[in-house]
Amino acid sequence: MARPGPSSRGPQLHVWRYLGVLVASFVALYTTVAFAGPGSAWLKPKLGLDLQGGAQVILTPKTEAGKNATADQLSTAVEILRQRVNGAGVSEAEVFTEGQQIVVQVPGGNRDSIQSVTRAAQLQFRRVVEEQQVVQQTPVTPQPTSTAQVGGASPSASPTATANKRPVTSGLAAAASASPSPAASGTPAPAPTPAPTASASPDPDALPPGFVRSGEVYTPQAFAALDCSDERARQGGAPDVPTKEIVACDKDGRFKYHLAVAKVVGRDIKGANVGTDQLGSEIQVNLQFKGGGQDRWTKLTEEAFGQPAPTNQVAITLDGVVYSAPVIQSVINGDAQITGSFTQKEGRDLANVLKYGALPLTFESGDAEVISASLGDDQLRSGLLAGGIGLVVVVIYSLLYYRALGFVTITSLLVSAGLVYGSICVLGKTMGFALSLAGIAGFIVAVGITADSFVVYFERLKDEIKEGRTPRSAVDIAWKRAFRTIMNADTVSLLAAVLLYFFSVGGVRGFAFTLGLSTLLDIAVVVLFTRPLISLMSRYRWFARSRWTGFYGPDGGDPFTGGPRQARTTVPQEA
Amino acid sequence: MGLIHRLYHGDTQFPLVRRKKVFYVVSIVLVTIALGSIVFRGFNLGVEFKGGAIFTVPAPKDVSVEDTRHFVEDLGVAEATVQTLQSSSGDTKVRIETPPLSAEERDKVLSSLGERFDVRPNEIDSREVGASWGEQVTRKALQGLVAFLLAVILFISLRFEPKMAASAIVALIHDLILAAGIYSITQFVVTPSTIIALLTVLGFSLYDTVVVFDRVAENTKGLEKTNRHTYSEAAELAVNQTFMRSINTSLIALLPVSGLLFVGALLLGAGTLKDLALALFVGLGSGAYSSLFLATPLLADLKMREPRFKALEARVLERRGKGGAAPVRLSQRSTHAVPPAQGGAEEPVDAPEDEVPVPAATATQVRRPSPPPRRKKGGRPGRPSGKRRR
Repeated sequence: MARPGPSSRGPQLHVWRYLGVLVASFVALYTTVAFAGPGSAWLKPKLGLDLQGGAQVILTPKTEAGKNATADQLSTAVEILRQRVNGAGVSEAEVFTEGQQIVVQVPGGNRDSIQSVTRAAQLQFRRVVEEQQVVQQTPVTPQPTSTAQVGGASPSASPTATANKRPVTSGLAAAASASPSPAASGTPAPAPTPAPTASASPDPDALPPGFVRSGEVYTPQAFAALDCSDERARQGGAPDVPTKEIVACDKDGRFKYHLAVAKVVGRDIKGANVGTDQLGSEIQVNLQFKGGGQDRWTKLTEEAFGQPAPTNQVAITLDGVVYSAPVIQSVINGDAQITGSFTQKEGRDLANVLKYGALPLTFESGDAEVISASLGDDQLRSGLLAGGIGLVVVVIYSLLYYRALGFVTITSLLVSAGLVYGSICVLGKTMGFALSLAGIAGFIVAVGITADSFVVYFERLKDEIKEGRTPRSAVDIAWKRAFRTIMNADTVSLLAAVLLYFFSVGGVRGFAFTLGLSTLLDIAVVVLFTRPLISLMSRYRWFARSRWTGFYGPDGGDPFTGGPRQARTTVPQEA
Repeated sequence: MGLIHRLYHGDTQFPLVRRKKVFYVVSIVLVTIALGSIVFRGFNLGVEFKGGAIFTVPAPKDVSVEDTRHFVEDLGVAEATVQTLQSSSGDTKVRIETPPLSAEERDKVLSSLGERFDVRPNEIDSREVGASWGEQVTRKALQGLVAFLLAVILFISLRFEPKMAASAIVALIHDLILAAGIYSITQFVVTPSTIIALLTVLGFSLYDTVVVFDRVAENTKGLEKTNRHTYSEAAELAVNQTFMRSINTSLIALLPVSGLLFVGALLLGAGTLKDLALALFVGLGSGAYSSLFLATPLLADLKMREPRFKALEARVLERRGKGGAAPVRLSQRSTHAVPPAQGGAEEPVDAPEDEVPVPAATATQVRRPSPPPRRKKGGRPGRPSGKRRR
């Protein structure tokens, strides 16, 4: 290693430590990408609606005939839905009104998840008045041909059932798990059409008159008529008025309840998150209450505690369906939990929905549709092409201007691109970060801001060398000053990112996130890569040749190196 | 070659602060034009802001989004967004979103779509839609903006000084008005992408100004002790020192954006790329311009009103008067190349980089080149010009 001149300034920079940290970050990032979530194509970022399409569902408010939902109700509903689908603001999901309807569009096209966000989410806590077990046949054979047999056999299997008014057609449960079909109306169909997946969602008008849904107001007749084995009864959506007693089914159709008036409702909830129970075996959703809600919840458990079964149970209902009805074993002063054999994802969806509150209206949710990208491939390709052309020009320019140091610029930009890409992939999997064309353009602009850090540093270096420093000492002093400049400027960018993120919603939020991300990565790259690389290069003799670096010494020739060649000058290299 | 050479070697001495009136006038004229257009012509707002019409047409499975979009736009519809919808039963539909249409336009679109997709017009679902970019999004974005501006003013005031904050904000408003004005002038459609681009401009403009001000702050530290240069001169030096950096940064940022603009506007005709790129192009350019040509002169003006810098100016002028020399223009090589007006070595050479003390021995070097009053053409390129006299 050729060391130009006796100009070492204190301890050398531990170049390899910095580069080591960088390599470690890269490995960590891309390992996370590989293991994060269920990603089939693990190195593919999630794209936004405009580039990839997604799923959409149209919600029609259920109002009394002839009445329209008010603009206020609609905009509140839009706001809540937007938070549900795009809470972090980075998923590029869209919620907007079309006349009286609300359209929800989610990139990536998972029909199940879009259905789950559109539920009304009326959460209520009610004491149990009556409870009945419903005969439940495990649907072993989901073939339609077996439906009739099982359905016919079920009355004989009913001794365990208490007052089960209607024969259970458990074939329904099998069919219904895909999509409730109007054909499966409770009467054993001779040859059900094997097309449950193709059917539209149940038309509410198609329900037979007198059909009782879970969540309707209690009357002895309604309680008797409620058939919890019928999937349609457990769809939710009945107007479960908090001040009335209701009849309800549990989520799986195994129990039927008569419930008292609601004492605690969704408005009393402060927060919700998903976790597991004490044994760690079952997923549960934890609910935290607001002050008043906490009092009401504690009082409710006080009332139920020690009562004879089943009135010692408190049912937690969501949109009129009982999720869990735990026996109250003590007066509870803290949080409540909802269990109900959730998957992790269901639990997360539920917590997410509860957190942002109930919708002000009940909606009829249409069938989820798959929507295509609104921008053709040509836009994406042209965008990338344009960015690519721009980058090539940047590369040529930096090679011309900074000569050998241009390679530092280019490799730094490549490192930066690698970090950005990895982060996008990870964030796409962990928090649904989706990249729209606008986002891509944002990152292309970020190239400029990233490159600026190098430019500030190099220009500073040039100045210092021109003022007579040796390249080696200039590398350090220029770094100190350039870094201060970079930090001052990046602080402004970060301020913009953080404040816009916390104040805004929708696309603006996504922008703020992108800005913050690229600013942080900019600092990481310049500290962990550019500076160590320059420091390393400055130890070689060629670094002191202006034809390589474009740096000129005070006399317009090669930089001053403290060697004999420059003995005639008297500028000391040490400050 | 001369200018490029000086640029490359960082020897520029552009009179950016001294000729500030020219730049003020230029900025005022541009801002007036932009504001005038915004007030009198207004903006061409996109569907997202003012609503529009939506047509949903049954279509064959293999319908092309691109072709449909071109087809609709050829009917005279300014900007259409086309998506295909696929229901779970396998029906395919095309959803076309257009700006608000008159009754005739609507009928024309309906009948043309009917012919193209071979369906009766009454099978086409058409309806009016509201703005998807609701008031709430705008309101919250504005709240964020105000909070951000307050935070920035606070940050610059504390880290640097309040007058820098004021100048930076003026430059920022200048950039935003110009970038917004170009949309009004060209009547390009304003979409959410445009808003995002304007926010990018906002960030970049402040970023750029802070970089320049950082250098100004460095150069003016301890300025009063030397009685050598006024605040304006030191600020001008800072602008010249960061000039090449500004050009480089702006080029590196603008080249990819101009690629986007070129491809977006000329090749594709419409869409997100164009919406974004124009605001970015104008805004980034204006951001670079304003931090050098507007924010810094403005700052110098504000600072020169302070009694202490007025006093400094008087002392500097007096000093120069006594020496009988014309005011010395600060050279970029101040540390080594600006000899005292009298050529005396009795004072330490003024060093804006106060961390770089130059020992008396420097004098020998300083005197050595014995610079001519003016740079001689044909002299050795890259040779320090030393001081320049007017």
